[in-house]
Amino acid sequence: MNFDTYQDVWVFIECFQGEPKSVGLELLGQGRRLADSLKQKLCAVVIGKSVDAAIAAAGMYGADKVYAVEGDEYETYSADAYGHVFLELCRKYSPNTILVGATVNGRDLGSKLAVSLHTGLTADCTALSVEEETGNVVWERPAFGGNLYAQILCADTRPQMGTCRPGAFKKPEPSPDNHPIVIREDISTPADAIRTKVIDFIKACEDGEIKLDEAQVIVSGGRGMKNAENFGILKELADELGGTVGCSRAAVDAGWLPQTKQVGQTGSTVSPKIYIACGISGAVQHVAGMSESDTIIAINQDETAPIFEVADYGIVGDLFEIVPALTKELRARKQG
Amino acid sequence: MKIVVCIKQVPDTTEIKIDPVKNTLIRTGVPSIMNPFDKNALETALRLKDSCGAKVTAISMGPAQAKAVLREALAMGADEAYLVTDRAFGGSDTYATSYILSQVIRKLGPFDVILGGKQAIDGDTGQTAPSIAEHLDAARLTYVLDLTVEGDKVLAQRQVEEGVEVVETSLPVLCTVTKESNKPRYATIKRKIASLKAEIPEITLADLPDADVSKMGLKGSPTKVKATFTPKRTAEGVMIGGSTPAEIAVSLLDTLAEAKIL
Amino acid sequence: MSLLYTEEQKELIALVREMAENEIKPCVKDADEKGECPRELFQWGFDMGLHMLEIPAEYGGAGLSYETTAMIFEELAKVDAGYAITFVTTFVALRNVILAGTKEQGQYFADQIAPGGFAGFALTEPNAGSDPAAMRATAVKDGDEYILNGTKTFITNGALAKVFVGFFKTDPAAGHRGISAFIVDADAPGVIVGAHENKMGLRLSNTTDLTFENVRVKASAMVGPEGSGFKLALNALNLSRAFVATMAVGIMQRALDESVKYAKERKQFGQPIIKFQMVQQMLADMAIKVEASRCLVNNTMRMMDEGSLVQKEGSICKAFVSDCAQEVTSNAVQIFGGYGYSKEYPVEKLMRDCKVFQIFEGTNQIQRMTIAGVLDKEYK
Repeated sequence: MNFDTYQDVWVFIECFQGEPKSVGLELLGQGRRLADSLKQKLCAVVIGKSVDAAIAAAGMYGADKVYAVEGDEYETYSADAYGHVFLELCRKYSPNTILVGATVNGRDLGSKLAVSLHTGLTADCTALSVEEETGNVVWERPAFGGNLYAQILCADTRPQMGTCRPGAFKKPEPSPDNHPIVIREDISTPADAIRTKVIDFIKACEDGEIKLDEAQVIVSGGRGMKNAENFGILKELADELGGTVGCSRAAVDAGWLPQTKQVGQTGSTVSPKIYIACGISGAVQHVAGMSESDTIIAINQDETAPIFEVADYGIVGDLFEIVPALTKELRARKQG
Repeated sequence: MKIVVCIKQVPDTTEIKIDPVKNTLIRTGVPSIMNPFDKNALETALRLKDSCGAKVTAISMGPAQAKAVLREALAMGADEAYLVTDRAFGGSDTYATSYILSQVIRKLGPFDVILGGKQAIDGDTGQTAPSIAEHLDAARLTYVLDLTVEGDKVLAQRQVEEGVEVVETSLPVLCTVTKESNKPRYATIKRKIASLKAEIPEITLADLPDADVSKMGLKGSPTKVKATFTPKRTAEGVMIGGSTPAEIAVSLLDTLAEAKIL
Repeated sequence: MSLLYTEEQKELIALVREMAENEIKPCVKDADEKGECPRELFQWGFDMGLHMLEIPAEYGGAGLSYETTAMIFEELAKVDAGYAITFVTTFVALRNVILAGTKEQGQYFADQIAPGGFAGFALTEPNAGSDPAAMRATAVKDGDEYILNGTKTFITNGALAKVFVGFFKTDPAAGHRGISAFIVDADAPGVIVGAHENKMGLRLSNTTDLTFENVRVKASAMVGPEGSGFKLALNALNLSRAFVATMAVGIMQRALDESVKYAKERKQFGQPIIKFQMVQQMLADMAIKVEASRCLVNNTMRMMDEGSLVQKEGSICKAFVSDCAQEVTSNAVQIFGGYGYSKEYPVEKLMRDCKVFQIFEGTNQIQRMTIAGVLDKEYK
């Protein structure tokens, strides 16, 4: 099949209240690699009420071109409005590949585009590469809770599309000297074509807690924590390290922490500098969400727990003794 | 009100283990369950039924064994259930699956509300339900925490990364539901007994004469699996020991400091 | 497990297990300490329909056999027998009204229970335990009403029940032939609920005194003919004996489960204690008693399903199973050693819970009298 008319790698730069989310910028790094392999351009797509911050960020993180669409109707995401814009752009410019962040809205938008364009969409990709002879992107993704990985191809249709989770990749190095071509398209969506309307927004108030995907240090607890109250000792350690508390699916299933704190295949994917797993056995589904962490420390009573297979540092012992001891020692060192 | 809930039977991924020697997935003996998020979707439907009256239809695409989750849906309170099954549907990716389900929904409908879980725990894509909406050209709200319907006005709370959006729309609508949205009810003994005896009709390709076969099954799927593999675990970890917790703490922090991690 | 379960039975047991494990079990320790079960916990049982399992569909029940009902209550008793008995007492009371009363009485009683109400059985008095004929409570006819007076004790669901089956002497001179049964609403003026009994075990089950002070009921509230109350009570006891036995099986199955698990984990002298012959013998004997008890209960239930009154079999079943349960739970504590004696571990509660099974619904001594009495007649 001849796909010559489909050119360039597009990355959707999703914004929240005018600010680009990190995931879009992370994807520019991956998009650059794909674009270079395909010998095509890397293009960013920004949609919003005001898009200047996103255009600047897209340039900073390496886009060759930016397609920008502005309008009051794009202040908040709706599948109808954003989908309309994106489809117009696709019809006009025929991209080869589209990368979208696997956010709440990104998954929705990706699905809409793929169905409308009668093409394939691969979710939650953790590795991207190009088959040289065909120009197909090889989308690698976990399945069965991370127990299995699959390489997926979208060989017969274009554009080929994939989503990647926030935190699955690191942002590329910023390049302040990169000045992309900015193409502003005037696409408006009539109000009656937007069927869903955001009428209010309740900002997540987490008592100043650091968000999981932004944390440099995560102290996570699993089934071994025994109850919700015991997470207090993890919080103390996390506070000493300037980090935040996470948990495994077992802790969520037991009702100890909300799912927003869950690290793993069905929760958040994280890649902090330090990940401390306390009383977590290390089910693949959990490991799939944290294995990209720079340093993994595991504390578990069961020396045969699979978590030790991924840990850089392992401690076999009672977390209820070791975690407080660590907190105490850290405090002593800070004062000393 | 007419509500349809899309339900998937999935392997309980927490029970899946890896053969340590062959490094392959051990699938035998892994229990099949109703996708937990779909259970929340069903509960959402049943609460709408309790509060404003509705007929709740459950559908599931899969082999004959998937009737088990449909029986579970009936036991929880669904009014009817259909199994969507045909050789022609096998191997479908999210595009083809959503196309088939959209055709089924069209055949059984029209529905006021179409519900599904925010994702399935085996595939984790979260794509199928919004894709169904697209095939049907329906308004959709994903990651719904709370759903109220008054007349044909719909008010929903959506869980997004930064907080909760309050969104207004009107029927008909497709919604996907999060785990936090509710706690699914248990079946009653009476309904459970009835569900075990219930006839679950099948919907096959022959029942969808207007559908486009080229969008179904492996052939109709734009994405195809090139290869699968199990993740290798290769970390060469260092074990930190000590005779007391305090000693272990000192030893770990020293090691981290030496490695310039702290 | 020793029984051959149908697919339906397996599914029902699994459903109840899931609910009990997830919703009830986490709250049992606290409720046991407080000696009170929160109403919200009972709501789970009502929602599922545990109060009407064996009740025919025409009265709003699930219409299960005694056999299947017993399997479900065994499962529930594994998590907490006090929780289970609250429902058992309710359905036994209703079942007896349906059996002995008119269609209207059955429907009335069922209507009180169906939406989520408990029922109780007001029989025992401070001086009339094993000997109901010594009962002092009276029902005196006044026009088309009866006036009830007396004090009942150890009434399961005393403070929870919406409706009671109460036993009163309509002819004080006539011994047990002078006892009649009445349906009494818990909110009828003059029904006074006494203090909650602070019991050794079954602490999730509510037990109180009940005083009747000039309580007026319609003559139509009498269940069965005048003077038939004793017979009704005996039939009710036959039924409830078999059901307390099934709960005792649940308790001992739990004791066995906990013991085997612990014996595999606990290491002494360098190996799990399950490797030691003396522990093995204890576990094996426990398993033998659990299996034999379950089979005995199952057979009794199936006889009841066939319409048998199980006068002898119910007594054999109750006495044998509750004696076994005392031994099995006591040995579970023994296997746990010092930890078994600690409230941090689950087995001491099982031992406390099951002691009363040798006492209530007729002590095991009375059961043996009954059995011997039947034997005497059988060999004439």
